Amino acid sequence: MSVDKETVRKVAKLARLAVPEDRLEPMTNELNGILKWIEQLNEVDVDGVDPMTSTVDMKLPMREDVVQSGPTGGGQPDKVVANAPRTEDSFFVVPKVVE
Amino acid sequence: MSEPRKLLKGETGDWEVVIGLEVHAQVASKSKLFSGASAEYGAGPNENVSLVDAAMPGMLPVINKFCVEQAVKTGLGLNAKINCWSRFDRKNYFYPDLPQGYQISQYKDPIVGEGEVEVEVDGEEIRVGVERLHLEQDAGKSIHDLSPKESYVDLNRSGVALMEIVSRPDMRSADEAAAYFSKLRTILRYLGTCDGNMEEGSMRADVNVSVRRPGEPLGTRTETKNINSIRYVKQAVEYEARRQIEVLERGGKIDQETRLFNVATGETRTMRSKEDAHDYRYFPDPDLLPLELDPDWVESIKAGLPELPDAKKHRFMRDYGLSLYDAAVLSQDRAKADYFETVAGGRDGKLAANWVTTELFGALNKSGKEIAESPISAAQLGKLIDLIADDTISGRIAKDVFAIMFETGGDPERIVEERGLKQVTDTGAIEAAIDAIIAANPDQVAQVKEKPKTFGWFVGQVMKSTGGKANPQAVNEILKKKLGVE
Repeated sequence: MSVDKETVRKVAKLARLAVPEDRLEPMTNELNGILKWIEQLNEVDVDGVDPMTSTVDMKLPMREDVVQSGPTGGGQPDKVVANAPRTEDSFFVVPKVVE
Repeated sequence: MSEPRKLLKGETGDWEVVIGLEVHAQVASKSKLFSGASAEYGAGPNENVSLVDAAMPGMLPVINKFCVEQAVKTGLGLNAKINCWSRFDRKNYFYPDLPQGYQISQYKDPIVGEGEVEVEVDGEEIRVGVERLHLEQDAGKSIHDLSPKESYVDLNRSGVALMEIVSRPDMRSADEAAAYFSKLRTILRYLGTCDGNMEEGSMRADVNVSVRRPGEPLGTRTETKNINSIRYVKQAVEYEARRQIEVLERGGKIDQETRLFNVATGETRTMRSKEDAHDYRYFPDPDLLPLELDPDWVESIKAGLPELPDAKKHRFMRDYGLSLYDAAVLSQDRAKADYFETVAGGRDGKLAANWVTTELFGALNKSGKEIAESPISAAQLGKLIDLIADDTISGRIAKDVFAIMFETGGDPERIVEERGLKQVTDTGAIEAAIDAIIAANPDQVAQVKEKPKTFGWFVGQVMKSTGGKANPQAVNEILKKKLGVE
C-alpha cells in the first residue's frame, strides 16, 4: 500500500492540518516509508487467530446510570467554557456556521 | 416486496417511490452515554456538560450500563438479532458543536442486527425490515439567531445516548413511512427505552427517498435530515417524491445529496454540502474495549419485556374479535390498551371497542385530553355498557348518559336513576303512548299501509313522547301490531 501526493493533501485537509505545498512531496515519501515498514507485518501468518482488540486482558468497564458531580458530571459551565476565546452567558461564541 | 403496491402518476407514466428511514431515538437515561452529566432537557447553557463531554484532555469515556440495556431491550422489541460482541468507532468530522472532533458511534459491528416491524396502513399490514440499531453520542447544539455574525454553542446534548435505528428501503408511500415512524415510537414507548417526545428532539428521522419506474433497479436517493414529527415525515416524502419525478421527467438527474426540510413551507432544499463531508475515516475507538454481552443477561432482559404492541394487537383480534384497525388503534398506546381491556373484561369486546374508540376517543380528542385525564374511568364506561346490555337504557340514551358522565363525572347508574332515564320496558306504558299517537293522527294511520316508509315517523313520535326512554324493540313490535303492518 502507498499514498500519492493528492491523497496526502486530502487527508491533511480533512484533519485540518495546514501542509505547505512544498512539504507535500517530502511528506508523501515519509508516509510511504512508514507504510512500507508496517507492511512487513503482512508476512506473519495469522490464519485462525482472532483480531486483537486490546493489549489488556479485561472487559469493558461499565458504570451505573447515576448523575455524577465533579469532573465527570455537570454543573460547571464556567469551567467548561474557561478556555474559550469568546463566551457569553456560558455559551461558546464562534464564527457563524450555517448550513 | 416485489409487487409494486402504490404508484404515483407522472406525466410520462407511473413511478414507484422507495423510502428508508434512519431514526435517532434518545435513550431515556438519567446520565449520558459515556459521562455522568445529566441528560435532562432544558438546563441552562453548558450546565449539563462534564469535562468528558467537553473533550478536555485526559478525560476518558466510561459506558453507561443502563443505556446498553435499553439498546438490547429495543432490539428485542424490534424482533432483531442481538450481537453479543459489538464495538465503538470514531466518526471523524469537524463542527463547532462536536468538541471531540469525532462522534463515538458503532460502524461495522453494531449492538443490534436485523429485525422486522409490523406496520398498519389503511387497514392492511406491511412488514418493514430493520437493518440495524446502534448506540452513539448526540452532538451539541448551535444556535444561529442570537447574533448576526456569530453562532452560540451549547454542549448540553453533547454525549447524550442515542439509538440509531436504520430501516430497509421497504416503504412505498408517504403514508407507509409515517406509519412506520409512528409504530417505532409506539414500540419505544411501550418498552420505555425512549420517551418519544418529538418536540424536545427525543426522536428524529432522516428520510431517504428515491423514485423508479416499476420493476426497474433503485434510483438515486436523497437524504432529508432531522425531521421531528410524523406529519413532517409524510410531507417530506410527498414533496421529495414529486420533486424527483419532475426532475427525471424533464430529463434531469437526481444528485445523491443531503437536504433540509422547511417546516413552514413543507418543502425540501439542498443543504450546502461541504466537500468530503462524507469521508468520516471511521476507526475503532482506542479508548473503549469491545462491548461484550453475557447471553444470560440478554435472556433475562428478554424475560422481563412487557407485552409488545404487535402481540397485543394480535391478541385483541383473536380474543375480542376486533378488526385490524381497531386492534391497531387500541394497542398503539399502553394506557389506551389497558383502559380498553378493563372495559372489555367480561363484556362484548367489539361493543367495548366501539365505545372506547368512537365515543371516548372522540370526546377526548375534542376536549384535548389524554386518556389518563379521562373524566370517565374504564370501570364506569364498563358499567354504562352493562346498562345497555341488560336493557336498563337504550343505546341512544346511553350516548346522553355518556355525555353527562364526560361533563360532570359520576357513576352511570346514579345518573340514570337521578335523571329518570331508565328505559320503559313496561309494555302497558308504551301501548298507552302509542294509542295516544294513533288517536291523534288518523290521516297518518290511513296512509301507513300504502306507504310503509311512514312507519318510521310513528316510531319517532313514540320515542319523542316517551323522552327517548321507550325500549325501541318493544315500540316496533307493538306499533306493527296496532297499525297492522308487517
